[in-house]
Amino acid sequence: MVAPVTARTPAYDAAAGTPDPEIPVLTIEDLGILRTVNDCPDRGVVVTITPTYSGCPAMREIAADVQARLHRAGFERVTVATQLAPPWTTDWITAEGHRKLAAAGIAPPSAAPRRTGPVPLTLGPPSSPACPRCGSPDTRRTAQFGATACKSLHRCDACGEPFEAVKAL
Amino acid sequence: MSTPEPDFDDNPYDLLAEDHDEGHRWAFGTGFTDPLEGIDTSVPAGLDAAALARYCLALGDDALIYSHRLQQWVASLPELEEETAVANIALDLLGQARMLLARAGGILGRTEDDLAYFREEKEFGNVRLAEHADRDFAELVVRLLMFSAWRLALFESLSSAADPVLAAIAAKGVNELAYHRDYAAGWVVRLGDGTALSHAKTQAALDALWPLLGELFRPDPDALAAVDPGVFDAVLDTVLAAAGLNRPAAAPLALVGGRAGRDGVHTEAMGYILAELQSVARAHPDATW
Repeated sequence: MVAPVTARTPAYDAAAGTPDPEIPVLTIEDLGILRTVNDCPDRGVVVTITPTYSGCPAMREIAADVQARLHRAGFERVTVATQLAPPWTTDWITAEGHRKLAAAGIAPPSAAPRRTGPVPLTLGPPSSPACPRCGSPDTRRTAQFGATACKSLHRCDACGEPFEAVKAL
Repeated sequence: MSTPEPDFDDNPYDLLAEDHDEGHRWAFGTGFTDPLEGIDTSVPAGLDAAALARYCLALGDDALIYSHRLQQWVASLPELEEETAVANIALDLLGQARMLLARAGGILGRTEDDLAYFREEKEFGNVRLAEHADRDFAELVVRLLMFSAWRLALFESLSSAADPVLAAIAAKGVNELAYHRDYAAGWVVRLGDGTALSHAKTQAALDALWPLLGELFRPDPDALAAVDPGVFDAVLDTVLAAAGLNRPAAAPLALVGGRAGRDGVHTEAMGYILAELQSVARAHPDATW
C-alpha cells in the first residue's frame, strides 16, 4: 500500500467515512482515493482526493459528500482539492477494501501491473479472477468494461453466476 | 394495514429547482466545476505558456472530438458488452479532454466550456483521424487501435513532460489508453482472423484509414514529447500479424497548403460534429450543467 500516512484526527475520520457513490460498500479511504486531510488555521479543513479515472463522474459527488460530512461533524470551512500525481492505482485499495468488495460479490483486483518501459500489448485470452460467490477459479471474462469505469464483467462456469470485478490498474 | 395518506405536495421534481446548501446536484454527474481544482497550475519558468496552451488544447481536442464520435455509436453497437465498452472509452477520453481544456483555459483565461462550445472549426487543433466517421464496426475498432496506440505512446512520453500538470494528466491517461488499445486490438484480431466477410471488411477499414496516420507523426513545434514511429509500427505490426491483415501502402492524406488538423484544417466531417456538439450551448449560452 502506497497510501500516505495521515494522522487520525476528527476531521480525517469524518472525511474517511464517506462512501463511494458507485461502490457504496467502500469508503473513500478503503478505495485509496483520500490522500490527505489537513486542518489549516487560515483555510479551514483541506481534503485532498485523487480521481480513479480521468472521466470519473463520481468525483463531484464525493467532494459534495465530504463537505456535507465535515459540516455535520462541526467543521465550517472545508475545501476539497484534487491531486492527480501520482496517479491512483488499484493497489491503493486497502485490505479492508478487498474484504468488503469480496463480501459484496465483486472480485477484488489482482496486483496492478508494474511497468518499466512501454506498456505491453495484451492479445492472449484475458485472465479472470476466482468467483467471489463460490470461489471457483473456473470463470471467464464476458466484457472488458462494465457498468462503471472501474469494473469488468465475468461469469462463473461452476455456479453459473455473473459477477463484476474491479480491474487491476 | 392502513395506507398512509398520499402527500400531494411531495413532488420529486421540486428538487430540480431547489438550491442545495451541501453542494449536491439534481442529478448524478452534473454540477461541473474545474477538474483541476486545488492543483497548482502555475506554468514552470522556462516554458512558453502560449505554446503549452496550444499543445494542451490540441491534445484535448483530439480526445473531445474522438469521444464525441464514440458517443454517436452508443445504442448502435452489436452487443450490450460493446455498448458499455465504447461508452466507457468515450467517458475516459472526455475526462482527459476536460482536464486538458482546463489546463489550456487556465493559461488562456477561458473556461473548458468556452473552449469546447464557442470556438470555430478552424480553431480546433485535433488530428483528422479523430473526426473520421466510422462507417462500420470494423472501422470503429481499427481506428481505435490506431488512435489509442499512438496516444498511449505519446502519453507515456508526456508522463515526464516539463509541465507537471500535463505530465500528471498524461500519467493518469496511460492506464486508460492501455485498456482502450487492448480492447481495439482484441477486436481487430477477432475480425481479421474471423470469417471471410469480417476479414474483408477489416482489411477495407485498414486501407481506408491508413492515409490518416501520416499526420500523427508530423513535427509539431508546440509538442513537449514525440512518438517514435518505430514503436507505434511494432505494436500495429504485432496486431496485424495476429489478425492476418496486410499493412497497406497507401500514401498519407494530403496536407492543405502545407497544413493539417493541428493547424485547424479539417475534413468535411468536422463541421457536422461541431454542429451537434455545440448546438445546445450556443442556443443557451448562459446554461450551466
